[in-house]
Amino acid sequence: MLTYVLKRVISIATILVVLSVLIFGITQTLPGSVARVIAGQFATPDMIAAIEVKLGLNDPFYVQYGRWAAGLLHGDLGRSLITERPIGPVLWAALCNSAILAVVAFVLVTVLGIGLGVLSAVRQNGFLDHSVSMFTFLGISVPEFFWGIVLILVFARWLNWLPAGGASEPDAGLGRLVSHIVLPSLTLAFALIAHVSRMTRSSMVGVLRSQYVRHARAKGMSERTVIMRHALPNALLPTITVLAIDVGWLIGGVVVTETVFAYPGLGRALIFAIERHDLPMIQASTLVIAAIYCCANLVADLLYAFFNPKIRYG
Amino acid sequence: MVSALVEPRPARRKWRLPVTLLVGLAITGVILVLAILAPVIAPYPFDGMNILTRLKPPSAAHWFGTDDFGRDVLSRTLIGARLSLLMGFGATFISFAIGVPLGLLSGYASRTVDEMIMRAMDVLMSFPPILLGLLILTVTPPSIWKAMVAVGIVYVPAIVRLTRSVTLEIAQEEFIQAARARDDDLLYILFREILPNAWPPLIVEAGLRVTFAILLGAAFSFLGMGAQPPSSDWGLMISDARPYLEAAPWVALAPGLAMSLTVIGINLLGDGLRMALDPRLQAGKSG
Repeated sequence: MLTYVLKRVISIATILVVLSVLIFGITQTLPGSVARVIAGQFATPDMIAAIEVKLGLNDPFYVQYGRWAAGLLHGDLGRSLITERPIGPVLWAALCNSAILAVVAFVLVTVLGIGLGVLSAVRQNGFLDHSVSMFTFLGISVPEFFWGIVLILVFARWLNWLPAGGASEPDAGLGRLVSHIVLPSLTLAFALIAHVSRMTRSSMVGVLRSQYVRHARAKGMSERTVIMRHALPNALLPTITVLAIDVGWLIGGVVVTETVFAYPGLGRALIFAIERHDLPMIQASTLVIAAIYCCANLVADLLYAFFNPKIRYG
Repeated sequence: MVSALVEPRPARRKWRLPVTLLVGLAITGVILVLAILAPVIAPYPFDGMNILTRLKPPSAAHWFGTDDFGRDVLSRTLIGARLSLLMGFGATFISFAIGVPLGLLSGYASRTVDEMIMRAMDVLMSFPPILLGLLILTVTPPSIWKAMVAVGIVYVPAIVRLTRSVTLEIAQEEFIQAARARDDDLLYILFREILPNAWPPLIVEAGLRVTFAILLGAAFSFLGMGAQPPSSDWGLMISDARPYLEAAPWVALAPGLAMSLTVIGINLLGDGLRMALDPRLQAGKSG
């Protein structure tokens, strides 16, 4: 197990280094635009040239990358070209906002997704099963930004129950905080609940047909014990992988959902930066998102190994 | 899995089409026809503005109402269907055009080549899909064509992996060893011997990818990184409709429902196809 963990950690670290080169390389192919953004609309070629020299934009690629990477390792993400403030604190605040959203959505996905999947597998082909499968079909087919807009229309505009977007001020109290989280997290979770419950259902259906479940029933165990103790742990193995993949979707969804709800998180920060050609901000936020994604994958791999004796002892 | 798909079916097996397949076929067919005929049947030009008819609710003259430029939402939605399907099939085509050759090579060629290709795919896959697309789109000014390429590239790793695993299996077959013994050249073996046998699982995958591509492409347009105004791309239409959502909800609802229906149709078609092709699933359903 320990060798496995080490191997995974090393491979993730390598990938992160490659990613940082890639991100820096891709964004750096916008030639001269950094200087132009700083100098503004009425810049003369001389001014642009002066800024390029000042920022070292004419240095070879590896020198510039080295400077950037060294800064990163010292916790310095650089300064935004637009606001001219250090990126670190701004990004951290955005990250916290996104994390709240993502965690709430993830809990919803895990609880509802697995719950619905197990229920519909146990009552296979019953009314509940069919309703759930209808619901999950909608979940994987309706784009999340449209689903978000429908929620805004119904709950914010027509019923006036919840705010249509934004986030509450830090001292506005728990009620306000929650009211701003409900719609975005539901939007974020909807498609993934569908995904997870479909997966859980199909693996649970398979497990319920297996020999050992039949055996457990034959021994006269209660249906509850059979399902909770014997079937579920085995059925959850593929679900763990799916949950990991879904963390990736969640991060993608965060970008879209935050834009729909004007929620001040990481995704919106990235879109803002792209729209304004704020190069350091694009680099930093992309790297942060990619790093989170890699770590989520790592955790999923480890959990999978932990629950799967074939790998644990392999 | 693969062998189950390529095995010849018994000639006189009772052939019952699943309902899902029929419904999916009907929805997809109607949308396809509407998309093809869109320029002919659209009552107004998709970018024809009219200040006098701004934000009018659905009526006999404008079935789906009008938007804030007085443009007919029905006409825009119809033309949007073409863009959406184009995005779905175009991007899928791109990811197959890049992914299938790489996958074949990776599954058949030497270990070094395989390692190189697979590690490169690992790096691509370690980006969340939408982020990879955004990164590609950051570099140049947005357009629907670039969004299509970006969506295509995002799904390349999945296609490479699938093609590789199918290729690995086929490469063990006797006819491949025979081809190798004949000293056929690599390209011939890859594209004339292996590829024709790898199609069935790839086609099933393609069906799935089309809906992914439609959704991701629309998301890029929604974020302002894909189609640009005055295009009537569904993602862009929904995004543009946000400021007056309460006054004129139909402007966002029409393209949103159209897109949902399209994806539902294609998904049903895919599910139905899988059921029809895989007897085990059919037995499982009725049993």
